[in-house]
Amino acid sequence: MSRKTKNPTATPGFDPVRRKFLSAMAAAAGVTLAPGVMLYGITRSSSAAARVPGSGVTSDVRWGMLIDLNRCDNGCDDCVSACSKENGLQGHGRKATDAQWIRKVDISNPETGASQSLPVMCQHCAEPPCVDVCPTGASFKRADGIVLVDKHICIGCRYCMMACPYKARSFVHEVLEDQKPHAPRGKGTVESCTLCVHRVDAGGQPACVEACSDTGGGAMLFGDLKDPDSEISQRVAKFATQQIRADLGLNPGVRYRNL
Amino acid sequence: MTMRRASSGMLAVVLLCMAVAAYATENVTAESGVPMPLIAMGQGDSCVADTDFMRRNHMNMLKHQRDETTQKGVRGEPYSLKECISCHVVNGPDAIPVTTASPQHFCRSCHDYAAVSIDCFQCHASRPDTELSDGSHGGAFAGAAKQ
Repeated sequence: MSRKTKNPTATPGFDPVRRKFLSAMAAAAGVTLAPGVMLYGITRSSSAAARVPGSGVTSDVRWGMLIDLNRCDNGCDDCVSACSKENGLQGHGRKATDAQWIRKVDISNPETGASQSLPVMCQHCAEPPCVDVCPTGASFKRADGIVLVDKHICIGCRYCMMACPYKARSFVHEVLEDQKPHAPRGKGTVESCTLCVHRVDAGGQPACVEACSDTGGGAMLFGDLKDPDSEISQRVAKFATQQIRADLGLNPGVRYRNL
Repeated sequence: MTMRRASSGMLAVVLLCMAVAAYATENVTAESGVPMPLIAMGQGDSCVADTDFMRRNHMNMLKHQRDETTQKGVRGEPYSLKECISCHVVNGPDAIPVTTASPQHFCRSCHDYAAVSIDCFQCHASRPDTELSDGSHGGAFAGAAKQ
């Protein structure tokens, strides 16, 4: 049996390396045609906090998260409750369909009995399958790597929910009340972790990370994966870290240590 | 003689009608029985643009800004819906900002009058983040389910 048939979820014909090469070629052509573009790129600051007001996000930054599972307790769900509070997620007592942007997944090894608990949310893939399948362009990846749903365009078809290997997305089934002004949500659209994009754009960090360091075990670290001086980049370079279902080649921005 | 009397009578009727019509057009106000929208004033001296311009173009400004913010992360600009909602807030009798469930809500007062229905508040909060008496935070379309 060949390796390809062992892994039915891998997309035949999709090669991230080839895609990267083609993008690099396209970018090189752009520079040759318009040297000013390159000059503009150099003058950009890599820090999001230093972003000029009124300017958009750039690909100089890639936001990511590193979660150290040795510091993540089985019984702790501070990240989950912080997310619900921050984004105004309210359940209707229907677990199967209630919105869930982050959840704790308990895993155990039946042979050794060792168990672990890990928070799983949208992994903010570099090659997000939800974006590939979206028929309207509502599911998109921002230049800084945050994967979002533009609910103005979302028609609620839920293809992205089918495509996501992490089960990270939820569909809003009910008419909602009392949404947060910074987190608009409504019936008939798909939603998922936004990496607290409203906080990140203001120079802050996601609510789950803040709660984890305040009251949890301090397992979550948020930062810029493209900045070699950031703490997350240095830790990722120093220690062995894992992406969930790395075999799919999606290059998630959320990494786990001690998994 | 009869003809002259009849024509002068007709003239009088026509003149009377014209006078009444002129009076009516000069005095179209809320008091005269013609319904007008009661639009609450925003805070500060002026809006982000002239009132006439805003009346005709606010939807285009909001639509442009929504794409800039959602897709590119441009925030803090004057044309954001959140800014509109904060400035044009209308307090109810309990001093708590009203949602679009109330006919006094700034957006609703005019949209009801113009019979233009909008979807904005199915997702967006129609009042600033408000701490309610029960400790919860009220944001959006509190009356949506009841209507």
